[in-house]
Amino acid sequence: MIEFQRVHKAYKVGQREITALEPCDLQIEQGQIYGLIGHSGAGKSTLLRLINRLEEPSAGSILVDGEDVTALSPKGLRQFRQKLGMIFQHFNLLSSKTVADNVAMPLKLAGQMSSNQISSRVAMLLDRVGLTDHANKYPAQLSGGQKQRVGIARALATSPKILLCDEATSALDPQTTAQVLQLLNELNRELNLTIVLITHEMDVIRRICDQVAVLDKGKIVEQGPVAEVFLHPKHPTTQRFVYEAEQLDEDDINSDFERVSGRIIRLTFQGDATYAPLLGHVARETGVDYSILGGRIDHIRDTPYGQLTLSLVGGDADAAIAQLKSAQVTVEVLRG
Amino acid sequence: MNHFFSNIDWFDIWMATLDTLMMLGGSIIFTVLLGLPLGVLLFLTGPKQMYEQKGFYAALSLVVNVLRSLPFIILLIVMIPFTLMITGTSLGVAGAIPPLVAGATPFFARLVETALREVDKGIIEATQAMGASTKQIIFSALLPEARPGIIAAITVTAITLVSYTAMAGVVGAGGLGDLAIRYGYQRFQTDVMVVTVVLLLILVQILQSLGDRLVVHYSRK
Ligand SMILES: Nc1ncnc2c1ncn2[C@@H]1O[C@H](COP(=O)(O)OP(=O)(O)OP(=O)(O)O)[C@@H](O)[C@H]1O
Ligand SMILES: [Mg+2]
Repeated sequence: MIEFQRVHKAYKVGQREITALEPCDLQIEQGQIYGLIGHSGAGKSTLLRLINRLEEPSAGSILVDGEDVTALSPKGLRQFRQKLGMIFQHFNLLSSKTVADNVAMPLKLAGQMSSNQISSRVAMLLDRVGLTDHANKYPAQLSGGQKQRVGIARALATSPKILLCDEATSALDPQTTAQVLQLLNELNRELNLTIVLITHEMDVIRRICDQVAVLDKGKIVEQGPVAEVFLHPKHPTTQRFVYEAEQLDEDDINSDFERVSGRIIRLTFQGDATYAPLLGHVARETGVDYSILGGRIDHIRDTPYGQLTLSLVGGDADAAIAQLKSAQVTVEVLRG
Repeated sequence: MNHFFSNIDWFDIWMATLDTLMMLGGSIIFTVLLGLPLGVLLFLTGPKQMYEQKGFYAALSLVVNVLRSLPFIILLIVMIPFTLMITGTSLGVAGAIPPLVAGATPFFARLVETALREVDKGIIEATQAMGASTKQIIFSALLPEARPGIIAAITVTAITLVSYTAMAGVVGAGGLGDLAIRYGYQRFQTDVMVVTVVLLLILVQILQSLGDRLVVHYSRK
């Protein structure tokens, strides 16, 4: 478990102080995939790098499994870092070492395994990420997705409980991104691995995260379960990220609304309710006619969800809304 | 043709070549042994690096720059007392090596510093994140990643040392440069001059192509 208590970070640039992270509290449970999203310069990397103390906090304490890591001695810090894995946007593999030697590196540095043990562990890790055939290649001979999988194998070499990912998929195309996210998802399940993940795409959060924190100008402006934040974003920054992910355009939506009469509501289904044949049923019972203005059925991590924007005409609209609400559907009235 | 080569004593040439090779070999070994750690130190204490030390770096930089700006011929003479102290002679191959090393080390150290700066910062960071100690960062990440650059630096330094050995001939160090000056220049034996210059050229060519090959061999980018 990772806990931030009033953690604050300012950089000194010449005489000036630049606040990269305002005092923030954060709690990440064991086995969670925790997403950090924000625009460039929002302080995401700063926050992540505080966890393994690649950055020193200016104030506050950071507890990992109950231990205050801000108080570690240099030797203690090195041992602590061996229990954390990290992957990077630009992979940061050693170009002078083969794939196998890159993966072996953390084990060699830790110096607790014989070379036989190291090679069998490396073989196992490469097999897990599907790169057995590439063991003797150099990073320059691999594609981006393969490089990131080497990065993941390297990060997991010392069997850490926590994996830190700084924009691990930002340099990859959509298909490769999906594969890498899928791998992270599986590893999280298999190893009960806690993953802290930075991204600037809400879609990455939606696909694999359990929890999310939204950062804006060094402040956490919204945090909570992904379904909650994604389906009911409150802060303008969060709303913009969600609209971007859904490829919605606020202006288009508003002009669509002007063309229809009646009430406009937005329904959010989650879990099994997503597949229930509810709308037709309610329409028949209450005599309401509806037209669909927009919608999407998808998954948040593994939970199916649906979101529909409807206009309701005629019949007993209030009764329809009440019925929908009693069927575990969240109803927001966009126009009364 | 026979007439042109009449002045040449091939035994002298052979001995001079051996002297040059020994001076070069001896001085490059000590230059690398001293210059590599100095280069690493310059790098680590340099601006925005792991052990940034503004004052220390500035002082070290100054020493390096002074030694580099000193003409080698002056260094040769200034070094004589010091050379006597460590080798017991200021003549011959042994007498030439200390000034050669003193001249080449600061130059080589700067090249090493530059080669280390070329290493991607992300790689150093990834190594730190694995829990590496400073020593491990240097030996497991920095030096292997900078290896092609360091080999290129050794090549350039060796070639510079070839011309320094020729100058060292002036103060009685022997070698091909000495031969060229004493016979070729002072006694107008042009053929000796031509042969020594050709031999020096061949030496430089061999060093350069050997260095280039090693750089290519170790470059994995
Ligand atoms: N070493 C540093 N020295 C001074 N300022 C820094 C340093 N590192 C980061 N900053 C500043 O701190 C703020 C947060 O930076 P950070 O790298 O955490 O942002 P980020 O959210 O990761 O952005 P990006 O998406 O571009 O990676 C920025 O304003 C940045 O300029
Ligand atoms: Mg960043």
